[in-house]
Amino acid sequence: MAKFEYAPAPESRAVVDLKPSYGLFINGEFTDSEGGSAFKSISPATEEVLAEVTEASPADVDRAVAAARRAFNGPWGRMSGADRGKYLFRIARILQERAREFAVLESLDNGKPIRESRDVDVPLAAAHFFYHAGWADKLEYAGLGAGARPHGVVGQVIPWNFPLLMLAWKIAPALATGNTVVIKPAETTPLSALLFAEVLQQADLPPGVVNIVTGAGTTGQAIVDHPDIDKLAFTGSTGVGKMIARSIAGTRKKATLELGGKAANIIFDDAPIDQAVEGIVNGIFFNQGHVCCAGSRLLVQESIADEVEKRLKRRLATLRVGDPLDKNTDVGAINSKAQLSRITELTDAGEAEGAERWDNGCPLPDKGFWFRPTVFTGVSQTHRIAQEEIFGPVLSVLTFRTPHEAVAKANNTPYGLSAGIWTEKGSRILWMADQLRAGVVWANTFNKFDPTSPFGGYKESGYGREGGKHGLAAYVTTGDTK
Amino acid sequence: MSPTAQRTSQRADERLDVRKTYKLYIGGKFPRSESGRSYEVTDSRGKFLANAAQGSRKDARDAVVAARGAFAGWAGATAYNRGQVLYRIAEVMEGRRAQFVAEVRASEGVTERRAEALVSAAIDRWVWYAGWSDKIAQVLGGLNPVAGPYFDISAPEPTGVVGILAPQRSSLLGLVSVIAPAIVSGNTTVVLTSELRPLPAITFSEALATSDVPGGVVNLITGRTAEVAPWIASHRDVNAIDLAGAAEAEGVVWGDLELAAADNLKRVVRPAGVGADAVEPDWTADPDLSRIQAFLETKTVWHPKGR
Amino acid sequence: MSTTVAADSAVDATARARDLLGVTRLTNTALTSWLHGLPGVDQVGAEARAAALGTRSIKTTSKQWGIDTAISMIDLTTLEGADTPGKVRGLCAKALTPDVTDLSTPRPAAVCVYGDMVEIAKDALGADSRVNVAAVATAFPSGRASMPVKLADTRFAVEAGADEIDMVIDRGAFLAGDYLTVFREIAAVKEACGDARLKVIMETGELVTYDNVRRASWLSMLAGGDFIKTSTGKVSPAATLPVTMIMLEAVRDWLDLTGEMVGVKPAGGIRTSKDALKYLVTVNEVAGEEWLDNHWFRFGASSLLNDLLLQRQRIATGAYSGADYVTDDSPSLY
Repeated sequence: MAKFEYAPAPESRAVVDLKPSYGLFINGEFTDSEGGSAFKSISPATEEVLAEVTEASPADVDRAVAAARRAFNGPWGRMSGADRGKYLFRIARILQERAREFAVLESLDNGKPIRESRDVDVPLAAAHFFYHAGWADKLEYAGLGAGARPHGVVGQVIPWNFPLLMLAWKIAPALATGNTVVIKPAETTPLSALLFAEVLQQADLPPGVVNIVTGAGTTGQAIVDHPDIDKLAFTGSTGVGKMIARSIAGTRKKATLELGGKAANIIFDDAPIDQAVEGIVNGIFFNQGHVCCAGSRLLVQESIADEVEKRLKRRLATLRVGDPLDKNTDVGAINSKAQLSRITELTDAGEAEGAERWDNGCPLPDKGFWFRPTVFTGVSQTHRIAQEEIFGPVLSVLTFRTPHEAVAKANNTPYGLSAGIWTEKGSRILWMADQLRAGVVWANTFNKFDPTSPFGGYKESGYGREGGKHGLAAYVTTGDTK
Repeated sequence: MSPTAQRTSQRADERLDVRKTYKLYIGGKFPRSESGRSYEVTDSRGKFLANAAQGSRKDARDAVVAARGAFAGWAGATAYNRGQVLYRIAEVMEGRRAQFVAEVRASEGVTERRAEALVSAAIDRWVWYAGWSDKIAQVLGGLNPVAGPYFDISAPEPTGVVGILAPQRSSLLGLVSVIAPAIVSGNTTVVLTSELRPLPAITFSEALATSDVPGGVVNLITGRTAEVAPWIASHRDVNAIDLAGAAEAEGVVWGDLELAAADNLKRVVRPAGVGADAVEPDWTADPDLSRIQAFLETKTVWHPKGR
Repeated sequence: MSTTVAADSAVDATARARDLLGVTRLTNTALTSWLHGLPGVDQVGAEARAAALGTRSIKTTSKQWGIDTAISMIDLTTLEGADTPGKVRGLCAKALTPDVTDLSTPRPAAVCVYGDMVEIAKDALGADSRVNVAAVATAFPSGRASMPVKLADTRFAVEAGADEIDMVIDRGAFLAGDYLTVFREIAAVKEACGDARLKVIMETGELVTYDNVRRASWLSMLAGGDFIKTSTGKVSPAATLPVTMIMLEAVRDWLDLTGEMVGVKPAGGIRTSKDALKYLVTVNEVAGEEWLDNHWFRFGASSLLNDLLLQRQRIATGAYSGADYVTDDSPSLY
């Protein structure tokens, strides 16, 4: 028994008032589905049913798009940028006011630790609205090209790993630039989006400007295929991203895709070692590793590989896995049974391929979906666990000897979302940053996000950027390429 | 002297000209098509001009290898250097002005004066784009004021290897209008020339070969668009594709090419117009940054600020 | 508890340093390359980690344990020019009976006074209190005196009965890169300490950077310090959580390298129970639970004790307590 046991410190659930069932948020109000069915959203930590949610039918999507079109042709399209900005400021403020509620709900529905939903997801979501609010009446200064104008109706499909934050990344720039929105949250994490609908109501956002339709793949497909959608924004798997790219081929629909990754986190022998270990931990165990830009491939310089491994394992022994609502939990629940199976399959493959498996041996709850923080050493580039996105708390450790080798291994993937560099040598950082084919390079830090900072990938990690003035560009058009 | 030769010879005082063999331009060299094929190129009235090499999918494959090989060096060159190299293209083209005018006139069936204007515009386009090389990052990049103790900067980088279907009508001005914005930022290119009007493109490749453009940065393939384009569109080592020349190309549906391009999530520049109604833009119009931006990635680098 | 005895003479310290550094002669160059070869500390990352440790939520039983442990780790301190025997006796009385309303309250680890007060403190505490007497020495707090004076200062306190000596390093020499001078001073003071445990005050507020804190920590351990201590309390900033974390990393890594444990003492500026619990969390998660013992971890503080007592009463009674319900003999700025 440890000397210093941390007693449970659960955040109260009472702040969240869940309804037994939710309709679809179309044209400013919750409505019943036309012919759609219902599904249950559960807590991945307990498998308890949280609420029943509507699976939107194509007819529902059609209604939502029509409402968005009316709003675009109507009040929203005619509104001044200054007033659009004021609505976004209102939304940002209401998110701050109701931050605790959103944090608890997000942890309940997603399984992520309350520490992260409270300190990362919700504050960053509010920050995104705040940042974009200010752009709404300053777009002519953003360098978007002559005659830049909104696309019209934007269809957005977001993932389950950061439900509210991804919603903010999508909706804030779309509204700032004058588009209207039909958005679908992920099927396993719809609840914070439905609570967000209440925020929109409190903000008196004109009906139809944002429509929230819940559902699974078929609902998403209905959005993607809808002929009156002008632009799509998707965050999710590369597989689905490719399907969307195919769906819109030959049309005038535009798309931005923020997809998978297999980021290399590169540790040189002169790295600030304790911070590098934190960076490794934050890189792959933040949000249970359900992060597209996760540093899932650790590339360590051979001369310090043993040292890093020792320090890393010692650090991982202090990670606390369990109840997402406990304020001391570091690693929460895996989001779904399906995702747990995927992680299990790939880690089994890693073992079968001969990599050495280690986990921190922490106790796991009986119910719910859990996976221990796991490290594979002796991994080769050819192993599946070095190539495929696991999207879980699993780190693959590889070694390198020279900066060139590190670059070659880091870039040797169809993905190109992010990368990490750890060294105290400034010129090496800059050289490495130039060489790495990735949209975000974190040097001596990892997994940092900010509304002003563009985010997005190279190669099969997708195209387009979110955040900063670059993110605005995805939501305006200047006509044909000249 | 054979009787045939006697018949084709003209007046004794007129010299028999030496004709040019029009070949492909791959990796800085001028190979014939690996397929050994050629096709007849005529002027706008149908008069025979030359036999151009009929590039194959394997020629396209070789061109992609050349372009990939040239990428690191070209992308890694300083912006100042790239700007000078692009400006040098304009200089070399100016020296071959008469030849370009003659070929554009023959290919496009325009008047001498119109051809002069088109060639001038093509040369000036290089000058315009050359000046952009060391300004792109300043205009499109910048510091991001993040809420924390971090230095955070975003800068554009070239996407990689860009497949380009050059415009079908505008044999020279259209051609340079799609190549220049791709290479100015450091991309390398595999260009499928105008199918029916390839000759100015080949002469252009000779200008490239005698300028300072490193071999492999621009690779030009003549041939049937419908035959070769799908191989470029589906090639996994091509990062982006400009479908300008898919408009009005014989037997080409640009949506099909975009579909193939989705396989590795290529960045796609669509032609204007929907489906079969796709049209070529007016290349004499002033360009903007959009074609440069189409083949750029934004890279954001973070670093803590501490003592 | 297991006590590993550090090198007990300057000669041993030098010999061991040569051994660890792999040199035949201990020169400033050798020390410089060794200390500058330590991994760097990224300020932003280190502070972020410390802040994250500070978000641990310590409730109910663990809070109870933490408060009692923190009380037992206090070096109850008075280091004022205006100190009098009466004031020191009052402090000792407080150490013996921290809370008159609850005699089960643990006693602090030591009282910490100037050398001339050692005898008075020893006398006031008696032989069986298990409260140690710590004395600051070596021309505390500036350290600006000749070596003979520093050694005499140390010997005087030890002879007066001090169980522990809190020395200050020559920050001027350290910042000027004269590591050998600092090493020699520590080793000589250690020798003068005899059986008393030596705490080496690095005055981290004057060292400014975490890289310096890490180097000073290693230098102090190499020279034979039994404890590394942040501050005199006379310089701002005094103890901070990130600085203490860097020091805890140093003693952890020193244990890995040499098999020897060294203690850590943040001093100055720690005033609330909430802060103390953050430090305990940091000790637990960075150095490890072996350090969760007053033999290896101390708080240099005075007002902290009463805040811990208020929290203790709050847990015992269920009601928030107030300043009138804890005794205060030695109001201090420290």
